[in-house]
Amino acid sequence: MSRWTLELMVDPIACDGRGVCAEMLPERIELDRWGYPIIDGEDVAPALVDHAVRAVRACPTQALHLVERRC
Amino acid sequence: MSLTLSNDAKTAPETGRRLLHGLAGGTPDPGLETHLERWGELRPRHHLIDELDASGLVGHGGAWFPVSTKWRSVAAGGRRRPVVVANGAEGEPASKKDALLLAHAPHLVLDGLMLAGSALRAQQAIVYVPRNSIPAVEAAVAERRAHRLDPMAIEIAESADTFISGQESSVVNALGGRRGAIPGFVGRTSIRERGVGGRPTLVQNVETLAHVALIARFGAKWFRQVGTPDNPGTMLLTVNRPEGPLIVEAVLGSSLRKATGLRPEDVARARGLLLGGYGGGWVSPATFGELPVSEKAARRAGATLGAGVVALLPPDVCPLAEMADVVRYMEGQGAGQCGPCVHGLAELADAMERLAYGGSSGPRVERILEICNLVEGRGACRHPDGVARFVRTGLSVFCDEVIAHQRRGSCSQTHAARVLPVADRTARRRLVSKA
Repeated sequence: MSRWTLELMVDPIACDGRGVCAEMLPERIELDRWGYPIIDGEDVAPALVDHAVRAVRACPTQALHLVERRC
Repeated sequence: MSLTLSNDAKTAPETGRRLLHGLAGGTPDPGLETHLERWGELRPRHHLIDELDASGLVGHGGAWFPVSTKWRSVAAGGRRRPVVVANGAEGEPASKKDALLLAHAPHLVLDGLMLAGSALRAQQAIVYVPRNSIPAVEAAVAERRAHRLDPMAIEIAESADTFISGQESSVVNALGGRRGAIPGFVGRTSIRERGVGGRPTLVQNVETLAHVALIARFGAKWFRQVGTPDNPGTMLLTVNRPEGPLIVEAVLGSSLRKATGLRPEDVARARGLLLGGYGGGWVSPATFGELPVSEKAARRAGATLGAGVVALLPPDVCPLAEMADVVRYMEGQGAGQCGPCVHGLAELADAMERLAYGGSSGPRVERILEICNLVEGRGACRHPDGVARFVRTGLSVFCDEVIAHQRRGSCSQTHAARVLPVADRTARRRLVSKA
């Protein structure tokens, strides 16, 4: 049986380093010293999915994505 | 001029001198007649992709990706007929092997392109090369057209003279395609599905296509006669030495030192050796002496063979100044699309310059490694990753020089003439504004 996980990804070309994502989802996103998000490859825990979706929607350049992964 | 075409397949070279067969000495004739005399006529080969699979041929543009896998994914890429591209962009200033092939054996490359075109039922075939290679390719294409050799027209496009111009997605962008895929990024299709003109696109390095031309003639079994089962065939290396660059054909799995023709005493006295070019890695003379011509072995040593660049750093230069110049050059050569790469490589170049020239006030190594960590894996392409590897391995191989610089400031050789070639030292990158 296949399982699904959700993962955050940033499109580095689209990203302008506005930093909205880190404000909306500080649990998972921090900014480097130039203001660009650092995202580890970990799954997004179920309790954080709503927040993650809001962060994705809030990104002014639509650079943040929530991606489904089969595992 | 009438051409006498022999119908007999020519005998296959039995040694490791294949692509360079017949090119030794003087000015080799790149003409069609000589080509056909040397290699025989190209006849259509059924199941070429299976033959490529059996041969174990991998791409020699730097990625080492299995050729048959790539061709199959383009063939399965969509309903539209694909575009095939012979990629001779060779943006690495320290690489010269593609230019040599295009100058002296252009028909081998074009044979390979036409084989790809036929096997994939392509709609369009393009040769993508720098300005200097265009006359040789034009002459070769004209000869083939005059003799109605090919099933389809061959177009020629000029590549930009930048480090990343040979990257697959950069090639497709330059030829009017869509923005390239980000590795592993869902939601953006691969150029193998939608590339030039929205068609499935094969971008294959010119050396790789030349190998294809020989495999089509002599078969996978012949291809595997040299090399090892894991590492069959040969590859071209550009050996950058103090006496000037040398291009050799190396048998995979053989001794890298012997293949490069570098003398053991010169290697022993070297500061270090660079493998895989400016996105590659440094190894010590002792490590270099032990390495076989193998991507796996080079990776284990922290480097890569990449597109076959080897550079020896002689004892009378300052490796940190050489590195600083290269990092500054690489900073200016990115696409300027991704923030971490733009800002990170600028900081990395500043830090390396302070280390090389700045005296004892230079940055700590940990600080430089921290910048490497911040850029790695955070670009759409692997440009920042390559620079990070170049810097990390260099700091390790040249640790004595690093300590000496930190204690006493720049060394007596810091201002010696550079041996590593960089194209335009003044080129600076701007962050491309987004629409």
